[in-house]
Amino acid sequence: MNNDLYNHDLEPDVDMPAEFIERQNRHSAKVSESANSFIPRRQFLKMSGIAGGGLVLAFSLSRSPRAKAANHGESDSTEFSPNAFIQIKPDGTIVIAAKNPEVGQGIKTFLPMIIAEELEVPWESVTVEQSEIDAKRFGPQSAGGSQSTPRNWDPLRQAGAVAREMLIAAAAKTWRVSESKCNADQGFIVNESNGKKLSYAELATTAASLPIPDGKTVPLKKRSEYKILGKFIPGVDNQALVTGQPLFGIDQQLPGLLHAVYVKCPSFGGTVNSANLDAIKARPGIVDAFVLEGNGVDNELSAGVAILAKSTYEAFQAEKALQVDWNHDPASKESWTDFQKQAREITSKPGKATEEQGDFSAAQSEAKTVVESFYTYPFLSHANLEPQNCTAWFRDGKMELWAPSQTPQSIAGMLSKLLDIDQSNIEVNQLRIGGGFGRRLLNDFACEAAAIAHKVDTPVKLIWNRESDLAHDFYRVGGFHNLTGALDSKGRLTGLQDRTIVYTPAGGDGKRPVRGGNVRASNIQCPEIPNVRIEANSLPLQIPAGWWRAPSSCSLAWVFQSFVHELAVAAKRDHLEFLLEQFGEPRWLKKGKANVFNTERAINVTKLAAEKGDWGKPMKKGQGRGLSFYFSHLGYFAEIAEVTVDSSNNVKVDRVVVAADVGMLLNKSGGENQVEGSVIDGISTLADQEITFENGAVKESNFDTYPLLRMSAQPNIEIHWLTSDYSPTGLGEPAFPPLAAAVTNAIHQATGKRIRAMPISKEGFKIV
Amino acid sequence: MRLYPPAIADFERSGFDISSSDATVELSLLLESMATITISVNGERREISDIDPATPLLWTLRDHLQMVGTKFGCGKGLCGACTVHLNGASVRSCSIPISAVDGQSVTTIEGLAAKANKLHPLQEAWMEHDVPQCGYCQAGQIMNAASLLSRNANPSDTEINDAMAGNLCRCGTYKRIRKAIHSAATKGGAA
Repeated sequence: MNNDLYNHDLEPDVDMPAEFIERQNRHSAKVSESANSFIPRRQFLKMSGIAGGGLVLAFSLSRSPRAKAANHGESDSTEFSPNAFIQIKPDGTIVIAAKNPEVGQGIKTFLPMIIAEELEVPWESVTVEQSEIDAKRFGPQSAGGSQSTPRNWDPLRQAGAVAREMLIAAAAKTWRVSESKCNADQGFIVNESNGKKLSYAELATTAASLPIPDGKTVPLKKRSEYKILGKFIPGVDNQALVTGQPLFGIDQQLPGLLHAVYVKCPSFGGTVNSANLDAIKARPGIVDAFVLEGNGVDNELSAGVAILAKSTYEAFQAEKALQVDWNHDPASKESWTDFQKQAREITSKPGKATEEQGDFSAAQSEAKTVVESFYTYPFLSHANLEPQNCTAWFRDGKMELWAPSQTPQSIAGMLSKLLDIDQSNIEVNQLRIGGGFGRRLLNDFACEAAAIAHKVDTPVKLIWNRESDLAHDFYRVGGFHNLTGALDSKGRLTGLQDRTIVYTPAGGDGKRPVRGGNVRASNIQCPEIPNVRIEANSLPLQIPAGWWRAPSSCSLAWVFQSFVHELAVAAKRDHLEFLLEQFGEPRWLKKGKANVFNTERAINVTKLAAEKGDWGKPMKKGQGRGLSFYFSHLGYFAEIAEVTVDSSNNVKVDRVVVAADVGMLLNKSGGENQVEGSVIDGISTLADQEITFENGAVKESNFDTYPLLRMSAQPNIEIHWLTSDYSPTGLGEPAFPPLAAAVTNAIHQATGKRIRAMPISKEGFKIV
Repeated sequence: MRLYPPAIADFERSGFDISSSDATVELSLLLESMATITISVNGERREISDIDPATPLLWTLRDHLQMVGTKFGCGKGLCGACTVHLNGASVRSCSIPISAVDGQSVTTIEGLAAKANKLHPLQEAWMEHDVPQCGYCQAGQIMNAASLLSRNANPSDTEINDAMAGNLCRCGTYKRIRKAIHSAATKGGAA
């Protein structure tokens, strides 16, 4: 059947950060025109040679071209640099710029791999350098929504191919032969007629004098010709990482650097009446302490007390001695216990349909079997292992930041308004990020660092301690779903209703969901259900909500994939067969729209997971096998978990089989790392993670109360890739959503117990 | 009592009035509580003067010696990101005051390789198996694994799980960590 509920483009709130998307869209028009819209690097270096003389980056991690230009003057005019991404020097050095923030998704390695592939050079000959933040030269630079792969696939292939075609043209000119007789081969152009070769280095100067072709007109390699893409390529920062070299935001050092903490009201939104600033300033090592009123915007600058010290330890100690009289009037008074009560009450009553197809009431009354279940999951923190931090230096009216941010391009605009500094006087350097997961899509830490640095004449490194990091996150919102499913006499699913809660920002119009908090019918991902009714009841939320790995999908996949299993069990049908029936005929619900459900790809990965995961094979007593599927962030994933549960409800996840379709895998190593990590994150989350709050303040404070999974719980993970002709898509998120339901469905098979509340520790189960 | 010029300069910069009597009391309290500590870091003798003796080894390394390879994760010995070797044994540097390591020998990730051009087998295995995702916890993971291999040259999966239980990885690289430890062990990783 055609299903209108699925025909919409996933809205920003469902799938990815709205602010982020807006930014991307603004730039992507420019980028998709052609790779040539990027200012050639050589031209840029000439410009920056004039403008960059005043930059002092002696102790900086930022090894940007501008820094080099500042240190060494103008670059060698004989080098070949047809765009901002590629530099081929006469000495044979090939430098490729890595444009986007590295959060652990491997992007610093795989985006340059795309360029190197089309450039046709051996990967070993490439030096990767993290680029500056500059939308004009690099297009959108961000890490979120698993969007970097699809958005950069064409422009970066074109950037590499443009350079390759120009080197071919240079060789043809040198040899006075037709370009069609010249082939690029691993850093050389080969003359087909006589076998002679010229290296890219030898051709660099000539190539630099040639006109730059339109990126859209240059030929691109066929997948069968790939030599780098699809291979196991280790991360370009690995050597620096394993030898402890400075790389991360928190590692930034500058001469005279002061260390800062910023203390906010434990209850969100509280402001400062007064604080014992004199006592704090008299403490050893404390250089200054002051109150910032903030602008009241949760992802910009909340009110708080800044303490600047000569060392981090002294700052942390001073924070312990800080006494603040908080003004709780504007602060959140919210409580998780109250939310749970409220949600139960609201979702137990009939409400207004926010999305509807067919007639659910009729389906319910005609049903042979009706299944009713209430599912709930908690708020979550991102818990990046590198706590939030940022270094800022305000001097001569200019603000420079070293920010571990997933959206570094949005910082300048934000600070410009906040501190009244012209955007042209704000420079942001991107540094490696010790875990993103969506937390660093929001730049509150950068605003805080800049606002503090704005008040002093020394560089300032702001570091949050672990307790602040857990207490002032933008949380994955908890949720509540009162579900009803209708089955007919043949055990077919004829209707599904979800009475749920959608949080909307407190004080707003109640129409837009909070970040990552939307619930849509298309999240059910069963387009064959004829009668569907969603009642999304809006509730205000002041606690800051944020995008958390696979926003919406990260929680909704568990709800719907569990409930579909529950219905299959009620219908006494095989779960695999029942799930496949919900996909219907293999078809793309809106052809050409990558973010609209394609049932063919769903069917294919589900069947592959079943085949590789021994679906239907008998298991021993106390063991179970669970299936789950989800489509998110353009990726199709089906997962099968095998568990062993003992009589004390200790759950060992023995094996997880993952079947994936992301078009093609760009880096076998990085890609598999993302999937393995998503599986571990999935188990970690379902095991015992929960953020609770009373009186507007979060109760969990460190890894003892917000535990991460340990090595002993690591299951065997098998990954099977379905290669399709679709454009490659990102892997930071889509492997995460199906995992939880695969595990809880397996627990049901092993024990007969249906888990309807997360984490599973709430239901008496323990991951071991 | 010795007045340390940089400390005075910092007070002056902060606007703190050191001529007032209250300030003098405060300053004397501060300086009396400060210590000079001598430790060996990666085989090199380092003297750290005017440090609060309660400063954790972690922050001494990061802020006073500008060695930032050792990472801050939780500050309470819960995550293992700050693992270093103290006299050859792995410890959580966030939870050890510098006064407790005076005169002792510390090895950090920066000094794990015996020679600059010859990495430790674990570092090589980490690169070969492409263990890191974000990479933030990996220095601590490697230091703890090195300590394990120095006690047990060929650990089983269970022995690795037990020894590495205190080192958390938010990205979930456990499978590759275990693989890399096995791989380094077969190449004489205890060396």
